[in-house]
Amino acid sequence: MKEYVIVGNGVASIGCIEGIRSVDKDGKITVISEEKHHIYGRPLISYYLEHKTDLERMKYRPDDYYEVNNCRVIYGKRVEAVDNKAISVTLDDKTVIKADSICIATGSRPFVPPFEGLETVKNKFSFMTLDDALSLEKALDKNAKVLIVGAGLIGLKCAEGIRDRVGSITVCDLADRVLSSILDNDCAATVEAHLKKEGIDFMLGDTAVRFDNNKAFMKSGAEVDFDILVLAVGVRANTELLRDIGGNVNRGIIVDEKMETNLKGIYAAGDCAEGFDASIGANRVLAILPNAYMQGHTAGTNMAGGSAIFDNAIPENSIGFFGLHIMTAGAYDGEMTEEKGENSLKRFFVKDGRLSGFILIGDIDRAGIYTSLIRNKTPLNEIDFELTKKVASSFIFSEKTRRKNFGGVV
Amino acid sequence: MKRVYVNEQWCLGCHLCEYNCAFANSGLKDMAFALKDKKIFPRIHIEGNDKVSFAVSCRHCTDPVCMKSCIAGAIYKQDGVVKINRDKCVGCLTCVLVCPYGALAPAEDGIMQKCELCLENSCGQPACVSGCPNKAIVYEERGEEE
Repeated sequence: MKEYVIVGNGVASIGCIEGIRSVDKDGKITVISEEKHHIYGRPLISYYLEHKTDLERMKYRPDDYYEVNNCRVIYGKRVEAVDNKAISVTLDDKTVIKADSICIATGSRPFVPPFEGLETVKNKFSFMTLDDALSLEKALDKNAKVLIVGAGLIGLKCAEGIRDRVGSITVCDLADRVLSSILDNDCAATVEAHLKKEGIDFMLGDTAVRFDNNKAFMKSGAEVDFDILVLAVGVRANTELLRDIGGNVNRGIIVDEKMETNLKGIYAAGDCAEGFDASIGANRVLAILPNAYMQGHTAGTNMAGGSAIFDNAIPENSIGFFGLHIMTAGAYDGEMTEEKGENSLKRFFVKDGRLSGFILIGDIDRAGIYTSLIRNKTPLNEIDFELTKKVASSFIFSEKTRRKNFGGVV
Repeated sequence: MKRVYVNEQWCLGCHLCEYNCAFANSGLKDMAFALKDKKIFPRIHIEGNDKVSFAVSCRHCTDPVCMKSCIAGAIYKQDGVVKINRDKCVGCLTCVLVCPYGALAPAEDGIMQKCELCLENSCGQPACVSGCPNKAIVYEERGEEE
């Protein structure tokens, strides 16, 4: 009977379990979970603070999931080392667990720059884990002034989650626009205006450089008083377990299309891994949830002796703020063409006759059709792209394709 | 497994399937009361133009990318049917972003809903199929490996 160890208990880990079980119903699976929580959807922590979900409903799989899938979960323990010769892990209590293969699914951690005086700030939080959200929640107060450092996905979702539970929110970012990793200037300006209307204040192109108790001293010379500080500057992949044994590591643990590292029998998946990004044709950390699941599933399938390849990953984000939905995918490479509506903006990026990326704000209907054009590298001269820019529809495809999609098993 | 299939040669583009779907999932007994003067949010919709039209609803894929992408773990498969637990859905719409068939759209409350083949509502069989005047939408087995 094969034995598997999965380091980490996030969505990549669940993908890995389900990949293994798709091939091997009996093998022994051990999951090491540093967090003491049943698997939860990590991006749900802002929805939790917003009361759009709760601790029960945010469970990513049912309570009996591990039992049903015959997995042993060790909670509250950390893996200190991986041995790629013996194929084993050593926990922080020195327990050694042997296996036939190991999947490292350790995720990422907040990156906190060395701010001067940060130690004098009492109410400071990261916003990555359920425990982060639960401790932040304890500090929330109807009159609290909140300073969020970082106007990326994490910082802004945090702002949305807590807006109705605090007095005021100011978000600062060294970048001159919000969501700088996924939006261009114009789209960012649209989203920023919407957020301002919803009561979020911004200090962009400016960031905190020094703290003294409840005061932030900004790069611009401005001073900001706050009661609660949220640090959402960025994240770093947890790669140490592989790096320590000489595995190939860049920004993330480098994996091939089977999610195996350069060390035989050691796989990696999720936010800690750096796999192939088909939109740029190179390796990149794609720290998004769908990617974590698919990488995990691919790793698990291969670990169990099946054969799976994941070679069409692309960046894709669906994110909403106070009712405004934003969807992005691919790379913003090539010629830009746009469609403007009364309350919507769609931007498409076309390179070498193919859709390389898009940004949709407001009108997101059937966006998956656009995503499929990127993922499948569909030649745009084979479809009616002009039509689909206005309204995404399967009508753009040939009758034969439609017959395949809607008249057969897919 | 039986699924809903469309034959665009037969589709008249009458949109009746949309109304039958909305009614079947309304939980109400009276169609006029359920739908009259209301914007409907069906789980099937018509695409095309005045010459060619076809109905689009969930394909119940063998390897559903929506399920693998759901940030809440709200989408699951039961006996081949791809279902959504609306209690768990937070309305992030990632499933809309990834469904290559454009088959998913949120309900009026912004939370996702999807075609579950009318197996659990009052209809008992797909309402879009039984109400299609030209039999362009069918519910049948078209062979596959489960």
